[in-house]
Amino acid sequence: MWAEFSLTHAWLIPLLPALAFVLISFFLLSSPWLASRLAIAAMGSSFILALGAAAAVLTQGITVEAPFVMKTVWFSMPGLSVDMGVLVDPIAATLLFVVTLITLLVLIYSTGYMAGDPGYCRFFAFISLFAASMLGLVIATNFLQMFVFWELVGLCSYLLIGFYFFKVSAREAGKKAFMTTRIGDFGLLLGILLLQITFRTLDFAELAVKVPAYVAENGAASLTFIAILIFIGPVAKSGQFPLHVWLPDAMEGPTPVSALIHAATMVVAGVYLIARSFAIFSVLPGALTVIAWLGVFTALFAAFIALTQREIKRILAFSTISQLGFMMLALGVGSLTSSMFHLMTHAFFKALLFLGAGSVLHALHDQADIFQMGGLRKSMPATCLMMGTAVLAIAGIPPFAGFFSKDEILVAAAHVSTPIYLLASLAAFMTAFYMARLFILTFLGKPNPHNHPHESGLAMLVPMGVLAVLSVVGGIIPFAMGFGEWVRFGPAHHAGIDWAVAGASTVISLLGFALAWYIYGGGHTRSNDLTIKTGALYTWSFNKCYVDEIYQWFNRTFVGGLARLSFWIDIHALGAVVDNAWRGTGAAGSEMRRLQTGQMQQYAAVMLSATVVLVILLAALTGSLVKGGQI
Amino acid sequence: MSLPILSMILFAPIVGVAVITCLPQTAGRMIKMVAGGAMWVCFFLASLMFVNYDWRVGGVQFIEQLAWLPDAGASYSLGVDGISAPLTLLMSVVGLSGIYSSWRIDKRIKEYFILFLLLVAGVAGAFVARDLLLFLLFYEVVVIPMYILIVVWGSTKRVTKEYAGMKLVVYLLIGSGFMLAGVFMLYVLANPAGQRTFDMTVLSQIGQSGVIPAQQQIISFFLMMLGFATLASMWPFHYWSPDGHAGAPTAVSMVHAGLLKKLGAYGLLRVGLLMVPVGFKFWAPMMAAFGMMSVIYAAFICLTQSDMKYMVGFSSVSHMGYIVIGIATADVIGLNGAVANMFAHGIMTALFFSMIGHVYNTAHTRDIKDLGGLAHQMPKAAVGFMIAGMASLGLPGLLSFVAEFTIFTGTFATYPVVAVLAISGIILTALYVLRALADVLFGPRLTKWDALPDLKAPEMVPLVLLAAFLIGFGMFPSLLMNVINSGIEPLTPLLVKIKTAATLCGGL
Amino acid sequence: MIGLSHYLLVSAALFGLGLFGLLTKRNLIAVLMSIELMLNSVNINLVAFSRYTAADASAGQVFSLFIIAVAAAEVAVGLALAYAIYRGRGTVSVDEIDWLKW
Repeated sequence: MWAEFSLTHAWLIPLLPALAFVLISFFLLSSPWLASRLAIAAMGSSFILALGAAAAVLTQGITVEAPFVMKTVWFSMPGLSVDMGVLVDPIAATLLFVVTLITLLVLIYSTGYMAGDPGYCRFFAFISLFAASMLGLVIATNFLQMFVFWELVGLCSYLLIGFYFFKVSAREAGKKAFMTTRIGDFGLLLGILLLQITFRTLDFAELAVKVPAYVAENGAASLTFIAILIFIGPVAKSGQFPLHVWLPDAMEGPTPVSALIHAATMVVAGVYLIARSFAIFSVLPGALTVIAWLGVFTALFAAFIALTQREIKRILAFSTISQLGFMMLALGVGSLTSSMFHLMTHAFFKALLFLGAGSVLHALHDQADIFQMGGLRKSMPATCLMMGTAVLAIAGIPPFAGFFSKDEILVAAAHVSTPIYLLASLAAFMTAFYMARLFILTFLGKPNPHNHPHESGLAMLVPMGVLAVLSVVGGIIPFAMGFGEWVRFGPAHHAGIDWAVAGASTVISLLGFALAWYIYGGGHTRSNDLTIKTGALYTWSFNKCYVDEIYQWFNRTFVGGLARLSFWIDIHALGAVVDNAWRGTGAAGSEMRRLQTGQMQQYAAVMLSATVVLVILLAALTGSLVKGGQI
Repeated sequence: MSLPILSMILFAPIVGVAVITCLPQTAGRMIKMVAGGAMWVCFFLASLMFVNYDWRVGGVQFIEQLAWLPDAGASYSLGVDGISAPLTLLMSVVGLSGIYSSWRIDKRIKEYFILFLLLVAGVAGAFVARDLLLFLLFYEVVVIPMYILIVVWGSTKRVTKEYAGMKLVVYLLIGSGFMLAGVFMLYVLANPAGQRTFDMTVLSQIGQSGVIPAQQQIISFFLMMLGFATLASMWPFHYWSPDGHAGAPTAVSMVHAGLLKKLGAYGLLRVGLLMVPVGFKFWAPMMAAFGMMSVIYAAFICLTQSDMKYMVGFSSVSHMGYIVIGIATADVIGLNGAVANMFAHGIMTALFFSMIGHVYNTAHTRDIKDLGGLAHQMPKAAVGFMIAGMASLGLPGLLSFVAEFTIFTGTFATYPVVAVLAISGIILTALYVLRALADVLFGPRLTKWDALPDLKAPEMVPLVLLAAFLIGFGMFPSLLMNVINSGIEPLTPLLVKIKTAATLCGGL
Repeated sequence: MIGLSHYLLVSAALFGLGLFGLLTKRNLIAVLMSIELMLNSVNINLVAFSRYTAADASAGQVFSLFIIAVAAAEVAVGLALAYAIYRGRGTVSVDEIDWLKW
């Protein structure tokens, strides 16, 4: 009954937070209590509906091949018809569950974290809008609907990164996020348009039928090109190299926003897009190879940068990029199941890490440098415990959540390509190392006397507790219940554990922990030595491989240069032609007016000569002055 | 419907003018209220017309006809179809918003509102006319109030307002000169002496029947294009437009970018494509290429501008490029998108200028470098800026996205290279829009702007009205697209027929 | 036998004299008189053509009478202007009367 209702009314899931957004922004901007409660109530209802939809998916046998679809025409004309609708299948149900749950928890957390902020109501309004957009994206039935909500989550991300809009850094970070994802949208839009031109439809279900047929008939070359264009969108949105640059800066937003949008939900939209259209990608091995290699490179690259960062949220941001690389790589090696599984577990422990970081920052009054922290385990035991759980989860220690998902990715990678597997393992090693580094420097060691930390309130700890529980059991329960039976593409995924891979990855993670303990466990001396010894490598990592600087230089030199050139042409070439043409007319006039001497006898003489000329002309034309012999 | 609703739309502003003429110069508030009232009536009637337009039937509706100059074949003939009905609505919305954006005018109030209402009436007449001579009459009439409004109430920045006004007039009149020659060529060629007519429907039928030889059509359309494309500010005929925007008072910029340029695009479509289709097809690739140039080139220039009005002025050149490309596709989807974008861009750019006008009226500067952190002092105006900016960069959920996506879809099939380059314009648009929004609205609070008032009651009208249209049609685009499509879809046979017609350089 | 061409010759001579005076005389009064000569040559033309070629002889004479009347009016206005200029500027020399230049 409840499940049935939830499924047939799945459109309510995004609509409720959207309503909350409208109500808050029109009526409740000055009543914080009501605004936050309204947002939470709307989100809670959505969560219950999402649970119902998930239950319906399980009970009614809805599979990836036979999804539940409801749609209506958004606009149409001959040759172009766009629908808006609801598509619920196991993949979407997973995302619905994750997004509504994390949003709900973050909203509850924010009632504590954001308390007293002048933009409190605005915050809840934006988060509601974000939730509505994200949920609309999840249930999209076609590429355009997805693009619409894709852009809207981008807008929310922009608004929330720039939430503290009086800070120049926040403002610039928001702009950068929007710009970078815009570049991705360019590719995505081109891809979508090409699909529309080629197949006359953007509907996922229809494309899933038409694309394999097209490939069988015409080969994969042109479609691979289209698929890579589409992939540019996720590259930007999910922070893959080289369009990852916005994500670390996005940490300028309030920490709950980082947890929700830039760790757990929005940034995985790119992964989700590929998963949603996996019917297209799966028949294009070329595109999959690109995705796999870019994914693994990003995982390594971001982990390498995370090794040396000092700000707690920045480390987590690069960690997110790295983990997104894992998800992409999973898709690239054809394992949709492991990608979605990792997406879910990552949402749990990464949200927890961010909320924990928020709790720390809240306690330390926005002191973000982990080298200035230390010994927080005593003053913030609950936060310390939960962060520890999350660190174990992300490092992939059994039986925590990350172990199961990461293991599946590594297994899938090992099946396809050994180099990718080895590189992914290296990234996993670095992950364990930098997470342990973060944890050791923050919570262990000696307390910094300048800090006066205090444990956060219940509103913040309870959501973290829920996430901590999920970080522990969020892997094993779905694993045991046969996650791969439902969330899959093609034949059902095997549910066993490859003990060789699992054992190796666990050992690697423990090695990472050990190394971190060796370097950072006893004060800062060893780490300082290491900084000096590694020299250039350290500088590269610390300066994020100078990708930002390259973009800035490119932007200044080429874009700015072209802009100045265009303006110069406008004024000095196009403009000059026009202005000179009319100045010329004026000059000619002022010269010609000298003919008007004012001497009337000259005028009369001119008239006379003109008459004479006319008469002569007439004569020349008609042949003779005299006609018919008469004068 | 027996009610002459189009005449009433057309004459509402003119009645307003008549009433204002009788009021004393000192009754400023009264004059503003009369002007506002006239435009409210106009808006209400236009909405009524739009809602009652039956898109399932399509064709020309609300026809009115009176004899005017029977010897020349001209009549006072009004009517709207799926193309002009949305544009008529656009006219009333932008006109009404313009009145309320002029609320702070305090110099020669009476003359200002008389001229402004005449300007709006001119645009209205051009959109509802079903007679070519009537169309041309209204088309030409708008230049005169424009000039006076710019020269008297304008502002001098990089160039003087006199220069800006004069440039506008010179450009438009030279363009019109060519255009009139083209139109009269069509008029003369279409029928032998004695049977000539200015009836647009008849001329369209003749033009499409192939009576006029291709060679003449090509010449005729080229002349028309010089006029219409100048008004639509197509590169390289755009040079008058940014200066005109920058020099003009707020409401005139709104009408200029929101309505006048659409009039140019409307002319290309209504007179060009429908009456000399073969000629249109011949020049279409060139228009597409020029439209693409408009998009890219103007967007690059926007990056260098620090005067917000110049920026939006160049941005409107850039966006008009999309419309020109859409028209040049001569394809059902592209044309649908072009008309939708005329509507969307008209609303969006009017909102942008309205907000800039508010900042300029209160802060007396509109230089991006001087401003900053205005979201602290004027949150409502900041919301308006955000909506306009987001519409400008084609954010889904706002109407512009639907329009641009449709244009892109249409263009991709016809001119793929142009399409790719034009779409890259969305990156540049985002670059300059975000830069302006960030530098003007966000950042630390500047105490020198603390005294600036936010939007007050009458000034909220443009924001609420325009944003409502952008968001409403953006979320439910079929309300608009169905009407537009009812005007475009019947052209399918024509478009199929000219698909194979000769083109310049064989297409791109 | 005196024919049409004799009248036309006289008329042309008169017109030539008037034209010469118009172009060369420096005195405004003299210029006005030259114009009168030209007008009268036209009158002769009209009457002569009317007498020799037209079916109804009166048309050309009516025109002449009209021209005489108009010329009288013109002289009146012209002389008044000349007088006014003379009073204002102390000269009736046409080469000094060039206020309409540029």
